[in-house]
Amino acid sequence: MTSSTEIRVPANEITVAKRIDASIAVVGNPNSGKSTLFNRLTGLKQRIGNYPGVTVEKHIGLLKTDDKVIELVDLPGTHSLSAHSLEEQIAVDVIFGRMAGTKAPDGVLAVLDATNLYQGLFLVQQLVELELPTVVALTMNDAAEKSGIQVDTAELGALLGVPVYPVVATTGAGLDMLRHALAGIRELTPPRRVRIWPELTAAAERLSEDAREPLRFAELERLLIDGPTESNQLIVGKLSDVARSEIDAVRAGLFEDEPPIARDARIRYTWVRGVLGKVQKSAPAYVTWRSKVTDFLNLPVPGTIGLFFVMAIVFQAVFAWATPVMDAIDAVSSSLSGLVFERLGDSAFSSLIADGVIAGVGSVVVFLPQILILFLFIILLEDSGYLARAAYLMDRAMRSVGLSGQSIIPMISSFACAVPGIMATRVIPNRRDRIATIMAAPFMTCSARLPVYALLIAAFVPATKVGFLNLQGLVLLGLYLFGIVMGILTALIMRKTALRGPKPPFALMLPEFRRPNLQTVAIQLLGRAKVFLKRAGTVIFAVAVVVWALAYFPRADDLPADLDANTAAAMQMEQSWLGRAGKVVEPVFEPLGWDWRVSSAVIASFPAREVVVAVLGTVYAVGDDADEGTLSGRLKSATRPDGSKVFTLPMVIGLLIFYACCLQCAATLAIIRRETNSWRWPIFAWTYMTAIGYVGALLAFQLGSA
Amino acid sequence: MAIIGGTLATLKRGQKGVIRAINSADPQVQRLMVLGLVEGTEVEHASSAIGGDPMEFRLFGCGISLRLEHARHFEVVPVGAGD
Repeated sequence: MTSSTEIRVPANEITVAKRIDASIAVVGNPNSGKSTLFNRLTGLKQRIGNYPGVTVEKHIGLLKTDDKVIELVDLPGTHSLSAHSLEEQIAVDVIFGRMAGTKAPDGVLAVLDATNLYQGLFLVQQLVELELPTVVALTMNDAAEKSGIQVDTAELGALLGVPVYPVVATTGAGLDMLRHALAGIRELTPPRRVRIWPELTAAAERLSEDAREPLRFAELERLLIDGPTESNQLIVGKLSDVARSEIDAVRAGLFEDEPPIARDARIRYTWVRGVLGKVQKSAPAYVTWRSKVTDFLNLPVPGTIGLFFVMAIVFQAVFAWATPVMDAIDAVSSSLSGLVFERLGDSAFSSLIADGVIAGVGSVVVFLPQILILFLFIILLEDSGYLARAAYLMDRAMRSVGLSGQSIIPMISSFACAVPGIMATRVIPNRRDRIATIMAAPFMTCSARLPVYALLIAAFVPATKVGFLNLQGLVLLGLYLFGIVMGILTALIMRKTALRGPKPPFALMLPEFRRPNLQTVAIQLLGRAKVFLKRAGTVIFAVAVVVWALAYFPRADDLPADLDANTAAAMQMEQSWLGRAGKVVEPVFEPLGWDWRVSSAVIASFPAREVVVAVLGTVYAVGDDADEGTLSGRLKSATRPDGSKVFTLPMVIGLLIFYACCLQCAATLAIIRRETNSWRWPIFAWTYMTAIGYVGALLAFQLGSA
Repeated sequence: MAIIGGTLATLKRGQKGVIRAINSADPQVQRLMVLGLVEGTEVEHASSAIGGDPMEFRLFGCGISLRLEHARHFEVVPVGAGD
């Protein structure tokens, strides 16, 4: 038995976790204002971890009152205690106290959305049956009242048998009362059982006779409804032998030939409708200004045009707003490097600091502007309820390529950068869909491919007109389209082979538009940035330092002193591990028309594809006129020992295709590892994409040169 | 169970109906029942995406989108004519 205080946290944070008076599970429907309330109650005293073996995040926060420290565990949103997704399964496992590393909750904070009592009460009724001390927080009261719903909280509390506290998380109204109630949760009497289904109660009592260990009613209920599934085996183990052999017969008698979940849902919702008639004075209606916006966006064509407009703004912002900041980060990191050489002189140590460490940190931090801007938009869109609507509008189109509507945002985001795009796949509930989207996302033409495209196109594609279009522009467009087609094909193939499986249930809740809470947005944004720096940043940094070492060692010591700097750098490159590696793998890339210089530049650009431009700049900087010519000029005049040109048009087209496909990006690999929680997928993605790039480049060169 | 009358899929935009029977063999339909689409509940067809699929329904103030293939499993008795 492990306790929650054993979760590894940095030493400076441990002080807050020394004494915990009670652990409370925060449970509610998705979009019930649960996270906003959690953030309000715990503020910045929270930490994000992972549940063991899965990618679902574990949010734990502390609530401090004068004399108590209460731990709140913000569980993934769920609609029922019969889990349908990984997130819901985690919530249910924590509630029942069978999640490794998380101690069984001492009580439950049930979050009930006043504007959606119908679905909310369905869940809360099941929570009450847990027979744990329970407190209900009624959120969104202000919104409910604006749309004409009055909730009789006293009557609601009496019907449920638990205290109900109305709160407005945005203004903080009612929070003090709720805090007080949570601090005293251990003294609270567990609610009495609501007997809404007498036959089920009788069946549960029958099964629990002569049980080996005491069983809770809610556990027996789950066993009866969901059957002896894998996650219910713990419950089966507590039954007597007689009861165990009777499970199937008891279930058959209870449900006859109707699916248990269907009968359970009908009986509970019938009860909920009765409760609603008693506690809700008027029927909910869309009466605010938002309803007019909703009505307009609900028309199929304006809705879809609106979606493209919103996506255009997001894409533009990620692309345009991030660029100046990224340029500034680049400038700062190169001037810091310059400063290091100036102060410490030219040595292996200063090169490590400047070209290894500073450049490595720079290559991590440079992603932050894009991640922060994209996530600011995604969180705003999600919290305002628009993200669900976008998924709804695009579902049909995405279904035709084997995905679902929820994949659209990660895919479009990946045109700026696959890293935030892949992080955004969290909105996809189905694991197969999510991985297929992650595999397709890196094919989208990201901003790091542009410098490579720009250099090669400007140097080797003639700027002739095709009709009224420029050939260079057409090639660039072609590369974008090529990426999209490859991504879609990948998703299709994956869904038909390795990720084959039943179509995921598409039942999307479409919440009413609401204004996002800024504190929640800020906390989520901070969390995203932390996760990226901690989990992906370390890998990116390590790879950057390794590649630096490969290019720096061994040193070419016996270079003539009168050599110009460019030629010296090029000769150092030739005799470094990187240059040697380029020569070793040259035969592999020979059929693509690459010489050892191109090969070593491609190897060096493993951590970040745009690095290939800089390495090509170094490695081709040999000769008398190196300083005069531009990089594209030098590439154009590069020759093999036999005098033939290296960069022929078929070779360049092949190189473009290679860079359109290959996954030369340590950040993307690190984030795939992080988001899939295994090395299997990043290794597969890298191998698959590199193989496609290789074959594409091979075909282009061989067919073009023939 | 055979569906005889109109279904959620045949409700017109703006029209309301009460769910009368459900073909609940499909686990995806059961999931929709967990979300509140059960016998006796009144729903309104609020909108649809381009091509009429998926469709959005509202029940007790909350919106749920479902695909046409699933909407066909819910038999409804229409209330009013819609627009």
